[in-house]
Amino acid sequence: MESQKLVISPAPHVHGSNDTRRMMGDVLIALLPALVVSVLVYGLQAFVVVAFSVACCVLVEWFVQKFIFKRPSTLGDLSAIVTGVLLGFNLPANMPLGLIAIGAVVAIGVAKMTYGGLGKNLFNPALVARVFLLVAFPVAMTTFPEATGAVSGATPLALAKESLKAGVPVGEVMQSVDLASMSLGMKSGSLGEISVVALLIGFGWLLVRRVISWHIPVCVLGTMALFSSITWLCAPEEYMSPLFHLLSGGAVLGAVYMATDYVTSPMTKKGMVVYGVGIGLITMLIRLWGPYPEGMSFAILIMNSVVPLIDKYIRPRRFGSVKSK
Amino acid sequence: MKTFPIGGIHPSDCKEYSKGAKIERFPVPATVTIPLSQHIGAPAVACVAKGDKVLVGQIIATAGGFVSSNIHSSVSGTVVAVEPKADAQGNMKPSITIAVEGDEWAEGIDRTDTVVKAINMSPKEIVDKIAAMGIVGMGGATFPTHVKLSVPDGKKAECLIINAVECEPYLTADYRVMLEQGERLLIGARILAKAIGVDKIYIGIENNKPDAIAHLTKLAGAYLEIEIVPLKMRYPQGGEKQLIAAVTGREVPSGKLPIDVGAVVQNVGTALAVYEAVAKNKPLIERVVTVTGSTLASPKNLLVRIGTPMSALVEYSGGIDGIGKVIAGGPMMGRAVSNLDAPVTKGTSGVLLMPTQESLRKAEGSCIRCAKCVEACPMGLEPYLLSALTQQNDYDQLEAHYIADCIECGCCTFSCPSYLPLLDWVRIGKAEVMKRMRERSQKK
Repeated sequence: MESQKLVISPAPHVHGSNDTRRMMGDVLIALLPALVVSVLVYGLQAFVVVAFSVACCVLVEWFVQKFIFKRPSTLGDLSAIVTGVLLGFNLPANMPLGLIAIGAVVAIGVAKMTYGGLGKNLFNPALVARVFLLVAFPVAMTTFPEATGAVSGATPLALAKESLKAGVPVGEVMQSVDLASMSLGMKSGSLGEISVVALLIGFGWLLVRRVISWHIPVCVLGTMALFSSITWLCAPEEYMSPLFHLLSGGAVLGAVYMATDYVTSPMTKKGMVVYGVGIGLITMLIRLWGPYPEGMSFAILIMNSVVPLIDKYIRPRRFGSVKSK
Repeated sequence: MKTFPIGGIHPSDCKEYSKGAKIERFPVPATVTIPLSQHIGAPAVACVAKGDKVLVGQIIATAGGFVSSNIHSSVSGTVVAVEPKADAQGNMKPSITIAVEGDEWAEGIDRTDTVVKAINMSPKEIVDKIAAMGIVGMGGATFPTHVKLSVPDGKKAECLIINAVECEPYLTADYRVMLEQGERLLIGARILAKAIGVDKIYIGIENNKPDAIAHLTKLAGAYLEIEIVPLKMRYPQGGEKQLIAAVTGREVPSGKLPIDVGAVVQNVGTALAVYEAVAKNKPLIERVVTVTGSTLASPKNLLVRIGTPMSALVEYSGGIDGIGKVIAGGPMMGRAVSNLDAPVTKGTSGVLLMPTQESLRKAEGSCIRCAKCVEACPMGLEPYLLSALTQQNDYDQLEAHYIADCIECGCCTFSCPSYLPLLDWVRIGKAEVMKRMRERSQKK
């Protein structure tokens, strides 16, 4: 019987329906509600920032693959688009386009491609770019546009930090913030971080589609809540409430979308817990006693650098390694 | 509902194609090729020569050691060759080729349908009989059954587990045996239990076969020692260590055997073969094979004589037009066939015909460290790491990361979103590490 046209390959001969493109696509879908809110709050300029950021990231990756690596395009895995959206989410809605382009070169060109491309980088590319821009262009990065809502100017975190430093009691600071509208997005901040509700809707999608597990987000936010509860209960007139900390700044954006980046997070569930707790802790230390109002980006990058160590010492439970009954 | 503790995946079970097809007797072919090595261990030694006349069930090759197995003729006719023939992967393997003449059976084989319930033999007689009749594990691993039943000194069997999981997608041979030969299967299990001196028999069945669970539960009402254990569907539940853990909660430690936790596992097909060997004096000369595929007009479960060329089954099921890959066994652990003239052997549980568009692998991407392989590994290993270490030839690290524990179930490759051939690399690394471990233990 004629059999030379048969395919020969080792088992398994079937593959699951999951692939990188699908997972990255799900991340993009999960980010949509937050994008919609930021366009509602900041107008079309928010969309322009994100779209331009995506375009620059895609262009940089294409350029590096084609002219430096001389390898086939990897744009199909959609990871450059995800980085582009996340970078855009970490910028003010009135970010000058030239600076966004610089950010994209840092994110994709420096933080991702110099390590060898997708999967090889130690640090989250979008966050490296965010921190680079924050240090290099502090004014542009902390000047937020007038929102269509009533709020404007400084972020709640910056406001709280300044006021508390100036000796204003927490009670008075709290009068200027409305937690309910903060959670919906009526606050000043990077364009993607403002609506906690929209970000949590996306989190639900990621869980349902099994793109990420709950471990990292819950550990980051749980640690932040615990830490800020302790300080708040000890000195309620000096420290903001846990709810304020969870709803403000990049807590949810960072915990759900940045800390969970596969490439730069641990491989085991136990490792994810350690990593998540570390991020929550460092974020709170910076927020409460550090020079910056927000510490999420720094915390994630610091814990990124610990991931190889976590993976070295925290291993999955092997079958047969527990004492039998 | 019970299941194993770590990892696992949920492939679509694709059993709907053949699950309704009753077991049919496949016609005896014109020639059969019977390899001398259809089991793990030493090849059997031919005891017939070219020109000899043989009968169905007559011994034609004797076990080449303790870990080996007798081989019987599956047909009557004339031996036309005792020489190497290409196996399913094209490797030349010593085989006996017989030209079929009629269907004359050797004396002493009870070919009636009468169900013999009484078990008159002693445990030792049972084990000897099973060895004489050439019974091997029919789930695919083909470990000689009498070896598994010979409990080493100092160890004690506490329970027999019948592996009725059939977790490989597509395959329905065991399922049909459970529905159609349930009574015989249970008697076979009782014979096996007597052989190892245990009075507890578990039959583990996944919950995607509710009718088999119901049917066997009803039949098992007559036997107090038999307990049907429904299991939550999850691959690779049919892996020996996974099944023991699912049923008893005991985990076989790294490098140890099932007997170290008091368990002996036998597959459904094996239990039926044991019934036929012990109660009916019938050697292992035929087996149920699922012939299936998503594009086949009528997938079947066929009772096939050992040595029947796979091409006969393929032709019977509509030929290979539009077929890209033929797999002996299931899609997770079965082997791709390059030579369709190769025979059905004692371990062939299925012949799966995969359409061309499903046959090719997708292009590899980069590892994105998503940890899906770590999550999927039922042995708690780190496939991404083992794959990388193999590519670096770092065998000391591979051993330190327990590559020898890998059961080659394929969960890692199945779940990798970047289509990395993780298991291909792990197999290469594991083979080398196992070789080094063997060499080391020989030196001692």
